[in-house]
Amino acid sequence: MADYTIKVRRYQPESGEPAYWEEFNVELDPSLSVLDGLLQAKDRDDGSLAVRCSCRAAICGSCGMKINGKSGLGCQTQIGEAQEQADKMAAVTGVTAAEASSPIGTEADNAGLHTSGATATVTGNAPIVIEPMGNMPVIKDLVTDMESTHWTKIRRVTPWLLPHGEAPEREYIVEPESMVDITQSMACIQCGACVSSCLSMEADPLFIGPAALAKAYRFVGDPRDAETSERLTDLAHDPHGIYDCTHCFSCVDACPKGVAPMDQIMRLRRKAGENGIEDPNSGHAHEMAFVKIIEKKGTLDEALLVQESYAPGILGKLLPSKRGIQETIRSLPTIMRPLLKRKVKLRQAIPGTHHKLPKDAMAEVQAIYKHAEEHNEEFNLYIKGEEGDPEAAVEERLEPDNADYLPTQGEKEA
Amino acid sequence: MPSHDVLVIGAGLAGQRAALAAAEQGVSVGIVSKVHPVRSHSNAAQGGINAALNPDDTWESHAFDTVKGSDYLGDQDAIEIMAREAPEEILHMEHLGVTFHRNEEGKLGTRAFGGASAARTYYVADITGQAIMHVLYEQLMKYSEQITRYEEWFSSSLAIDENGECCGVVTRNVADGSMELFQAKSVILATGGSGQIWKPTTNALICTGDGIAMAYRVGAKLMDMEMIQYHPTTLAGKGFLITEGARGEGALLLNKNGERFMEKYAPNKMELASRDVVSRAEQTEINEGRGFPDGTVALDITVVPKKRIHEALREIVLVGRDFAGVDITREPIHIKPGNHYTMGGVKTDVEGRTDIPGLYAAGEVACVSVHGGNRLGANSLLDTLIFGKHSGRDAAARALRTDWSKPSGKVLEDEQAMVDDINGREKGSGRRVSEIKLELGQTMDSKVAVFRDEAGITEALETVRRLQEEAKTAYIDDHGSVFNQDLMGAIELGYMLDCAECSCIGALERKESRGAQYRTDYPERNDEDWLKHINLEKTEDGPEISYSEVTITQWQPEARTY
Repeated sequence: MADYTIKVRRYQPESGEPAYWEEFNVELDPSLSVLDGLLQAKDRDDGSLAVRCSCRAAICGSCGMKINGKSGLGCQTQIGEAQEQADKMAAVTGVTAAEASSPIGTEADNAGLHTSGATATVTGNAPIVIEPMGNMPVIKDLVTDMESTHWTKIRRVTPWLLPHGEAPEREYIVEPESMVDITQSMACIQCGACVSSCLSMEADPLFIGPAALAKAYRFVGDPRDAETSERLTDLAHDPHGIYDCTHCFSCVDACPKGVAPMDQIMRLRRKAGENGIEDPNSGHAHEMAFVKIIEKKGTLDEALLVQESYAPGILGKLLPSKRGIQETIRSLPTIMRPLLKRKVKLRQAIPGTHHKLPKDAMAEVQAIYKHAEEHNEEFNLYIKGEEGDPEAAVEERLEPDNADYLPTQGEKEA
Repeated sequence: MPSHDVLVIGAGLAGQRAALAAAEQGVSVGIVSKVHPVRSHSNAAQGGINAALNPDDTWESHAFDTVKGSDYLGDQDAIEIMAREAPEEILHMEHLGVTFHRNEEGKLGTRAFGGASAARTYYVADITGQAIMHVLYEQLMKYSEQITRYEEWFSSSLAIDENGECCGVVTRNVADGSMELFQAKSVILATGGSGQIWKPTTNALICTGDGIAMAYRVGAKLMDMEMIQYHPTTLAGKGFLITEGARGEGALLLNKNGERFMEKYAPNKMELASRDVVSRAEQTEINEGRGFPDGTVALDITVVPKKRIHEALREIVLVGRDFAGVDITREPIHIKPGNHYTMGGVKTDVEGRTDIPGLYAAGEVACVSVHGGNRLGANSLLDTLIFGKHSGRDAAARALRTDWSKPSGKVLEDEQAMVDDINGREKGSGRRVSEIKLELGQTMDSKVAVFRDEAGITEALETVRRLQEEAKTAYIDDHGSVFNQDLMGAIELGYMLDCAECSCIGALERKESRGAQYRTDYPERNDEDWLKHINLEKTEDGPEISYSEVTITQWQPEARTY
């Protein structure tokens, strides 16, 4: 048993008052969850504290919330760990999680917020800060309106199987791996943690978003679905679709079930590219331009981005496509703006003058490309591990020579 | 007044399947759920779903295993229907999009499960319930014109017309607290079990016996309420479920001396004996001092190849890591029997019809009875789908031939008065709802569990009756309209206490040991006196006991060994 102070961002819609912070002192075993802490506060102190919850075992997806600023499930986060995190934040930054958490309403509120953050809690520890999920309207306390955001977006991707013709007499015969592959996105419990953490959605509320796009991959990757190309075209053409993701990994980090929504979005992009789907954003061509330029120069030569996106290679320049010319002209204001604001020097804007990395550094960059090509396998919890030994796979990736620049997802999950 | 030909209450597997089946008949359907449908507890079914689909398997074999598993208390006509229709239903789910595991040929693959004479459990890793339920919800979204979803509407009372037929339900919109009387020609209860009256339990917080109690209160008979399954592998203290699929994949049960103790209790099926048998074996080991100090035995999953664990038991890896701090691929995990499933429930026939015309029940809320004294693993998902489908079809057929009957507004007035009464109780006038729930849970888990006797059950019943009195003055903090979970908790407490009372009465009445009911004072099965169902009907003085026959078609009771 240990004492904890949980600091909850509360909002009681019928009171007419703005949101406010309230601290509760709870006493429970560190191995129990943040949700257990909230339920204890609700049971003992204030039954009006609203929080959706049901299974307590990270399977129903009800208790999405932000804990110390990070989106996740209340039931899956051990309260002892949440306390360590809150203490660490306070120690490292000199700011408690409470102070760093989203400001509320008026300046007076914020002032109050800072004072209470600085005051030592009853338990003497930094309080564990709990807030409702982001990117969604709050209904009451930790309860958010998922219907108007999350579920509307899910319905946007035509979330049901669209097979061709009559069903077979028996089951569809499909590659066993294909089912395991989409089981990763089937593992999504629709908790909304990824939506809550999505930085792209914060900038563009219309972004279809990580959960709905992961759901889309569940059909695009399903060999029984007959509308693969239509689905991909739809998602590639939507300006708020697959190319609206900025690759920030927040959703991968937040997802409690290892669905890795961003990976599913990348799969959608790859499939769109493979299917030759031209999109108005030129998202795929743009992506390929990034890959090509960095392979050649080691770092990004932004001056080459436009021409490589719209008129790739020598052929592209000799025989520019009509669209290539149009898009290049259309990009001119975007190119000019940083020049005029002097964020970019003129010589940086001249294509081809960007420096190349020194030879040994280039060798390392190429090693990354080689490694990526050789290990072109999906990160999938249901497949991870080779020859039945997940550690072997991870150890191999952690060879000291190439450990610095390798993706960390596999290691984190191992 | 919103009205639908068929109104389904509860949106887990049974409810969603019922709604889809009814909609196929061309009637208007409404589905009401106190939580968003994908939050329903069917999610938690990990291991899989049974069907004799392989050419070398037979439905008779599946049916017999189920009959034997039920300790001969299951009704064999219903079991036959379930086993016969299982293969078609699995294929239907596959066609809708469930990502069932495939074998190397790309066909549906199976795993072994407890109490079964063949590997006939179809699965999606260890998220089978979730995978099926999310696919059904996809279908609900697809058919949103035929099926209206009322997500987060809390039902509290059934409406009965002057002919004694069910004609609607009173529900509360959780989001704003408004109360409505929904009108319907047929009402299907699919609200799940009552596991929350035990603590700990594998059941979700929402499993408070709502439908069982609502049906009981309007005069429907309950059946086999004493039959409560304790699952052999749950995490001590927290009650989290470790799928039987782990044992299906080869995991072993060991006592503190490292002995594979199931050799003593079930030499043939070992860890894959019926759940009641395995739970009793574990509890005996623990009671006789061969368990670990924390009152557990060990489940050793490390014997399963790691690749297989990651592919097929992924959820359990997470449960071990997140909730027990154990890497199950490296070390055994401590487990014990824990409350898991309500075999009993609202008495229905094979079409889901209860004793009240127009009122149906399907899934865990119902007692058809296909599970009898003990449910086999991977038969519950099947039960929900098969009898969800039957209920949906029959409810639609009834709606097509029935005229509207206008429910009296009194039921809504009564409900409002009940809410006002709860809201009007002063702080400190009685106990907190949460305190009563805790005492109830602990009492039931210590007195009406794996081993029972008259003294213990009597004590539990007395406690339940005292708590029923205390619940009348229990107070709540929240008096608002929006998302008033406090108020709903107080209403749920009433449901829980009704269910608990019936479970105690049933357990006290059945003076024998059969399936999950093991009476230390009557340790033998007694077919002569007790091969019958115990029915309970509400009266002013509590539940009135009556009996009904067990339907036997082709399998006469025999001694049950594994």
